Amino acid sequence: MLTLSEYEEGLRSGKLLGLRCASCGGVTCHPMPVCQWCGGRSLERTKLSGAGELTTFTVIRVPSEGFEGEVPYIPCLVKTEEGPCVVGRLDYDAERATQAAQELLGKRVRMSGAYTYKGDKFSGGAHSCPVFEVTE
Amino acid sequence: MRDVAIIGVGHTKFGRAKTKKGLELFSEAALQAVDDAGVELKDVEALFQGSALPGFEEGQVMPAAFSAGELGLSPVPATRYEGACASASIAVREAAMWVAAGEFDVVLAGGVERALTMGTLFATRTFSMACHAPTEGPAGLTFPGVFGMAALQYSKNYGVPLEELREKMALVSVKNHRQGALNPLAQFYGKMGDLKVEEVVNSRFVADPLTLLDCCPFSDGAAALVLCSAEEARKYTDEPVFVLGTGQGSGGALSKMAGGDLTKPASRVSSARMAFKRAGLEPSEIDVLELHDCFTIAELIALEGMGFFGWGEAADATADGQTERDGKIPVNASGGLLGRGHPIGATGASQVYWVVKQMRGEAPKGIQIDPVPEYGMTDTLGGDFGTLCHLILGRSKRRK
Repeated sequence: MLTLSEYEEGLRSGKLLGLRCASCGGVTCHPMPVCQWCGGRSLERTKLSGAGELTTFTVIRVPSEGFEGEVPYIPCLVKTEEGPCVVGRLDYDAERATQAAQELLGKRVRMSGAYTYKGDKFSGGAHSCPVFEVTE
Repeated sequence: MRDVAIIGVGHTKFGRAKTKKGLELFSEAALQAVDDAGVELKDVEALFQGSALPGFEEGQVMPAAFSAGELGLSPVPATRYEGACASASIAVREAAMWVAAGEFDVVLAGGVERALTMGTLFATRTFSMACHAPTEGPAGLTFPGVFGMAALQYSKNYGVPLEELREKMALVSVKNHRQGALNPLAQFYGKMGDLKVEEVVNSRFVADPLTLLDCCPFSDGAAALVLCSAEEARKYTDEPVFVLGTGQGSGGALSKMAGGDLTKPASRVSSARMAFKRAGLEPSEIDVLELHDCFTIAELIALEGMGFFGWGEAADATADGQTERDGKIPVNASGGLLGRGHPIGATGASQVYWVVKQMRGEAPKGIQIDPVPEYGMTDTLGGDFGTLCHLILGRSKRRK
């Protein structure tokens, strides 16, 4: 059992947590009630390495309200080495990312911490996502 | 199930609604549709209304009930449908289902939005609520961001240098703005009709690699349709347009898309296949297509996901002119979301409006397709591939 709140607490303590399926052995992350690969419901908490590959990213220059002070910043999609993809932030210079966009895709990355958004009146509190750094 | 026809259509001017509230915009479109159909308001047995963010725009939830009240329809069933930017399409689809099932004979469907009340920062915030809030919220993902991510993947998947892809994407904006400039109901009527590729590529970045002119605007507007059973349709009109097939699909969090590939959304593939199967038609038989070009790259991805072009082929097909009004498959001849505007809760009904106008031969000069199309299709996307909806329309009831 792993709730979304526990998943976010894990991120804030530097851990990428997920669920391993007793049926297929696949790893589900973020936590969901059924295995994202086979639909199995016998799931045990597991820790992912935090390593993976940069699938894609963007540089946000026109943000949502609440993120004005952060532009430019880089949301990204990472395929973890355990299989599931996760959405997070990439810790990288925005102008360099713009210049070298295509070269960055596929680079090895590793979770280096968490970003916590303080939340607004609509978000039901603060929320965290993983932060990744390029390791090659 | 009974066959269903669209017998009346209405559409407000898109852009900034300076004098009208959401309720008034919807009433304007609804009355046009009812008058166009030649039905009386008292004949309308139910209202299906798309509306995505009225609580944030005007402090109004449950707008469908109040629209029914304003129009004097109450106490008939009136329901708001919410699928982000696909809200009106799922409302129209539900309306068609209920008529097909025999529950109602004459219904009103459509949608309304006043996104411009929110301003860019807050509108970007509320639109991003259609992302997966627990994981994509803290990442600060926006919709231009999602499609920026998809554009980068597209360039990588098919080995297209990013600068070359950006120029091909810009052609979508050039084409749709050229069409939108000819459409009197479009947000950019009379504007940007001679947009150049360089202007799109060189406008400022919103979310890499998308620039401002790769993005559709925030908009106010409404569109409405009257649907009825096909056997009743000719009582009201000589030119009914029949609903031949519909489809709808859903997707989960962005990270759960197969292989992390945002360019091949299963929700769209499934929804489009469902609609084609119901209609007994194939992409090659569609004569007019209004699709969800919220961003330039979105048009390319949509064309491929529906099967109009193979994976990775839509960029070159666009550059070849195959999606122009006189091309192999005319795409967004009305201007699309880029040129016509995108009042999100109304867009799906607006797309149907323009397909119906095409099929009646009533589209404005420069927009009307020649010869008058026999089969048409709409594609509407809500969220980051969370809700997809397709409608296939025809001038005859013929299915294969």
